[in-house]
Amino acid sequence: MIFRKKECVAMLLAGGQGSRLYALTKKTAKPAVRFGGKYRIIDFTLSNCVNSGIDTVGVLTQYQPLVLNEYIGNGLPWDMDRAFGGVMILPPYQGQKGADWYKGTANAIYQNLAFINRYDADYVLILSGDHIYKMNYAKMLGYHKQKGADCTIAVIDVPLEEASRFGIMSTNEDGSIYKFSEKPKHPDSTKASMGIYIFNRKKLADYLCADEADPTSSNDFGKNIIPAMLAAGEKMYAYPFQGYWKDVGTIASLWEANMDLLGNHPALDLSDESWRIFARHTADAPQFVGNRATIQNSYITEGCEIYGTVKNSVIGPGMHIMYGAYVEDSVLMGEGVVEAGATVKYTILDTGVTVGAGATVGADRSSGAAIAVVGADITIPAGATVQPGAMLSE
Amino acid sequence: MTAAGLIFANIHDMSLPELTRVRSMASVPFGSRYRLIDFTLSNMVNSGITKVGVITQYNYQSLLDHLGTGKDWDLARRSGGIKLIPPNVTSSGAGRLPTSRLESMQSAIDFITHCTEDCLVMSDCDIICNMDLSQVIEAHGKSGADVTFVTKRVDASRMDLAEQVICVTADDQGRVTDFVMKKPTEGLVNIYTNIMVLKRQYLLNMLADAAARGYTSFFHDVLIHSVDQHSGVDYRVFEYDGWYAYISSLENYYDCSMQLLTQEAREGLFNVRNRPVLTKVRNSAPSKYCEGSSVKNSLIADGCTIEGTVENSVLFRGVKVGRGSVVRNCILLQDAYIGSDVTLDCVVTDKDVVIRDRRHLSGCETMPFFIGKGGSV
Repeated sequence: MIFRKKECVAMLLAGGQGSRLYALTKKTAKPAVRFGGKYRIIDFTLSNCVNSGIDTVGVLTQYQPLVLNEYIGNGLPWDMDRAFGGVMILPPYQGQKGADWYKGTANAIYQNLAFINRYDADYVLILSGDHIYKMNYAKMLGYHKQKGADCTIAVIDVPLEEASRFGIMSTNEDGSIYKFSEKPKHPDSTKASMGIYIFNRKKLADYLCADEADPTSSNDFGKNIIPAMLAAGEKMYAYPFQGYWKDVGTIASLWEANMDLLGNHPALDLSDESWRIFARHTADAPQFVGNRATIQNSYITEGCEIYGTVKNSVIGPGMHIMYGAYVEDSVLMGEGVVEAGATVKYTILDTGVTVGAGATVGADRSSGAAIAVVGADITIPAGATVQPGAMLSE
Repeated sequence: MTAAGLIFANIHDMSLPELTRVRSMASVPFGSRYRLIDFTLSNMVNSGITKVGVITQYNYQSLLDHLGTGKDWDLARRSGGIKLIPPNVTSSGAGRLPTSRLESMQSAIDFITHCTEDCLVMSDCDIICNMDLSQVIEAHGKSGADVTFVTKRVDASRMDLAEQVICVTADDQGRVTDFVMKKPTEGLVNIYTNIMVLKRQYLLNMLADAAARGYTSFFHDVLIHSVDQHSGVDYRVFEYDGWYAYISSLENYYDCSMQLLTQEAREGLFNVRNRPVLTKVRNSAPSKYCEGSSVKNSLIADGCTIEGTVENSVLFRGVKVGRGSVVRNCILLQDAYIGSDVTLDCVVTDKDVVIRDRRHLSGCETMPFFIGKGGSV
């Protein structure tokens, strides 16, 4: 039955702790962290999938999955509430031979080979849920087929001085990969792996099974599977991607990616109707801007009530910024209050934060201070001071 | 007491000809991101009603588009959910468009018959409020009334009432003693809000009776007649005392929209705990306030880009206001494009309107300047 088949199934790795986001991922998995006002990080990968015509996605969860599970739900906001396929949460499970956590990225896929086989997929697209970018995976799949590859890895050009932070691909003229080096000290290429792979299913299954049989392996795509395939001389190609792409794994990069939405010609434009980013919506009222409010160069979401001053900031849904409050160079994730006379500068406030009247959080960005971070549901008492670079969590 | 809902989508189209030229009253955009039916539907859903019939007559394409499967109101269901009731007109000429409320009710007879609920909540789409209907339903059940009319006490001298409103008087037990259709100009009057709860069995009997006797008007032939004849029916009132607006003309649409800028409206309509106003999701990005923009006292939907000045205005989704433009006291519906160095004062633009650079347009509060859908200046 042709209906029981999907050409390509996506596996979205969403189980990492995201420990470098500290307070922001204390109670939530990284893919469920708010971004750009109304979105969550995972919206970008899910929207890319649906916009690329991939409607079957397994989301591998492990760390603090409650918020993420609730958010994804039946997949309706991304049109993934399908009769056959759709989005499915894949947590670690108990099998006949025992139960195991996901030991690494490769092991997580290995444990869910049954999911991939169920859809009789020819190709498997491996994604991670912690990148902000807009990408047409269908084009990458076309490239993979055209090259007759066993594995295609999406790569992006990075400045040579930054190349040692990434997994670097060295390629021949036809795009085939001859060398892969993880975080090389002396990179000989600027093609950095984006952590996006397309595999032929059978090849992938073979290598995952072999990897599983090796007790010394750390069960990781970058460390084990890719090098093993290269060593065996499989046909591996690099797919060059051009456009905005950002790993938001650190506080600084998360802040920067939010700021990339601002300005008259933003690096990341979300208003493009032809590549919409879908999100699960809460029913919020329209935003209200008060009589004495000042808003400059900012991104503001539904449910907000702004009476104070907001500059160069991204404000999530349901945020109330009271009269006399001052918010600058900050990311406010929503559902909180900045009370009268409070100052918030160069700060990330997670959801549900209350900044008491007259309190000060963070310091001028120009002073060279670090970003202050306030975790979810924290109340900063009136008049209190939160130092720049502070990391508050419950 | 269990209840189903029934909404009349077209019944007040005549009061707002400018905006209903291309749509039904139910799908008239209101309040930055809503359509009028959203308020009624949300009230029903937030009160635990999971089966809602929507009676449509004409011009309902935008309504169909808005409602879809009903999933945005959690009404996409196997049992119950949203049921559209289009007019019963056949190619052979049999059947015709309902011309009155009574005929509209009769067109929904199958829906009413197949309901298993004890009562039906009927509502029009000209009312904007956040009302806990479960209280009305409970009072209706307790009193054992045949019909409970939701009324609102208003100061006629301070409210712009329509030509014909139904004023209800009741005794101290809450029993209706009189209905009058008139336009009150002063004093406190208890007006009917076009929301009522009916015992389903009463409704079925009444419709059969009305058909047998050839009644044409629900108000004159049924309500007034029953009260005058002391026919033994039990009509009660339920006084609603929350925030309330109703739309009877373009001037009044303008006025109601401007009321949304008040704190009372935000608290009484939008920020009611556990009673959100639900609407169709459009997936717009958040709104962008550019460097040099100035926004004061305005209600703004998502997906807007503002480079100029906006004051005392209501902006719908996807509106763009260019550099150097000044928008004051305006209502700009979805996707209006305002070029640069434009001034607009007391202007209402329907969807997809384009105002080119350096145009100056102005109306006044009592007569806003209206630009129809897709218009270009």
